[in-house]
Amino acid sequence: MKTKFTKSILLSLFIVFSIFTISGCSDDRPTINIYNWGDYIDPEVLDIFEEEYNVKVVYDTFATNEDLYVKIKQGGSSYDVIFPSDYMIERMIKENLIQKIDINKIQNIENVDERFMNLDYDPDNQYSVPYMWGTVGIIYNKNLVNRPLTKWADLWDEEFKGEIIMLNSQRDTLAVALKKLHYSMNTRNIDELEEAKNELIKQRPLVYAYQGDEIKDSIISEEAAIGVVWSGDAVAMMRENPNLVYVLPEEGTNLWFDAMVIPKDAKNVELAHEFINFMLRPDIAAKNAEYIGYSSPLPKAIELLSDELKNNKVAYPDFSELENTEIFKDPSDMLQEYDRIWTEIFSSM
Amino acid sequence: MKLNKHGYFYLVWMAIFIAIPLLMVVYFAFTTGDSQSISSFSFSLENFKRFFTPMYLEVLNKSIQLALISTIICLLLGYPVAYIISKEKIQYRNVLILLFVIPMWMNFLLRTYAWLTLLGKNGIINFFITRLGFKPLDLLYNDLAVLLGMVYNFLPFMVLPIFSVLTKMDNSLIEASWDLGANKFKTFMKVTFPLSLPGVISGITMVFIPAVSTFVISSLLGGNKTYLIGNLIEQQFRYTGDWHFGSAMSIILMVFILISMALTSKFDKGKEGDGGGLW
Repeated sequence: MKTKFTKSILLSLFIVFSIFTISGCSDDRPTINIYNWGDYIDPEVLDIFEEEYNVKVVYDTFATNEDLYVKIKQGGSSYDVIFPSDYMIERMIKENLIQKIDINKIQNIENVDERFMNLDYDPDNQYSVPYMWGTVGIIYNKNLVNRPLTKWADLWDEEFKGEIIMLNSQRDTLAVALKKLHYSMNTRNIDELEEAKNELIKQRPLVYAYQGDEIKDSIISEEAAIGVVWSGDAVAMMRENPNLVYVLPEEGTNLWFDAMVIPKDAKNVELAHEFINFMLRPDIAAKNAEYIGYSSPLPKAIELLSDELKNNKVAYPDFSELENTEIFKDPSDMLQEYDRIWTEIFSSM
Repeated sequence: MKLNKHGYFYLVWMAIFIAIPLLMVVYFAFTTGDSQSISSFSFSLENFKRFFTPMYLEVLNKSIQLALISTIICLLLGYPVAYIISKEKIQYRNVLILLFVIPMWMNFLLRTYAWLTLLGKNGIINFFITRLGFKPLDLLYNDLAVLLGMVYNFLPFMVLPIFSVLTKMDNSLIEASWDLGANKFKTFMKVTFPLSLPGVISGITMVFIPAVSTFVISSLLGGNKTYLIGNLIEQQFRYTGDWHFGSAMSIILMVFILISMALTSKFDKGKEGDGGGLW
């Protein structure tokens, strides 16, 4: 009986492990695992990379920086290239989750505009290579809203009850409330955060929904008139619905950068470098920028864009307009507070 | 206990996919620490202490209320449906129950998404309402929409167990009741309904459990405006990364479900009916 028992255990373990291994090696080309934001690349670009380098691309997507962080932190899923934003890169460097990039292997780095290099989140660009950048602003439908919106405070106007869509993201939505109050979005002052919380509780009855990527569909199909969106999404939405207008609120807003980094436990570091270098090729970067609508940090790529997008002030604003912006900093030690505040907003009746 | 070969396989299967994950949830719930290194965890009741504050209890309370209401609606809608179908001729009966089950073969998420296009401001229902000259209604992103989503998605779980009990019921008992002078209503109240209780009980549990723990329905149809306990757990695992607190909340929810199951089966005392379950 005992041998039978061990046998059946071995058998079941064998089955379990063979499932893992079979699913892993059906293709003998080298594999690169990429983890990117949803809707954030031209899928053709991946095909081109597969073909040119004779590799297999496994592509997954996430919805928020926090999603990405939890996945990387827990380990077990070894991605070769990931696309975190500024403050998340800062945090991942601090927590030793990503590795240094060998800049000699990324010749195309010279294509990147100086303005996007050596930013505070990664002072010497040792860990990250810029991918896209943008702002956060208000998008509204000029046919459904009777006056031009200019500031965050407009999102608290009773008149727009049931027309406002906010982001379902702790940091971004708290930042809106903080900016409305003219505080820094990186504040560590609990009183200021509490004030922002009360603003959001006050705003909640006016809000139609808190959404992620679905916000695009809701605004395009005129389900709601006003939304808080990232600039690149605004570009894509305005293509679909010409009645939409994007504004950078007076109180100032968030300027952000998404970059490519290589996690510590990447399996194919060599290929990861090649992929990053490939993504910085002007033709490829232009293809992505054209497809997703976000702003490329590569002047050579911008030249290749369609005139319509190239001259789009939403995607490529004058830099003078961006003076009143703030870049997110890593809030690691404040996370518990953020979480508490967020839960309090949504559990208040 | 003697088990054959398949029995052992099943045992290993359960250990790997049910017992071990469950133990891990318990382990996480009673510890705190940096989630990267399991060895550095320390025992703590902090997570439970944190939950028993008005803020979280309010969320739990709301989840239970919504789940209870949706269970009651499912019962009120589901019982007559199951009863009517079970009284049909056998060939119709199978077709009808099949029609009832077919929508379940479609993905749950897809079916919930479909409601977005029905209930939206410019959705199909409001299209007809405005055509008829009325003002459009706010149908989406409120508690009613969440309730509707729960009832719609979980109704088959109420109908099927009741249906299966009703069809297996011994018809001669009902005939006897008639022979003894009871009218249709009295027969139903004194014979049919009591005998179908096992199906009702398992229907209630099978609707209540997914309804109290859902996070997808409240997120899609509630527009993330009201958090249910499921949303809180999701938030801890996906955004905040505090698996300890998330696990503690899962345990509390589990305990709560166990208690409510114990309570419902109390009503069912002594009537260990056969064929009450779905499977």
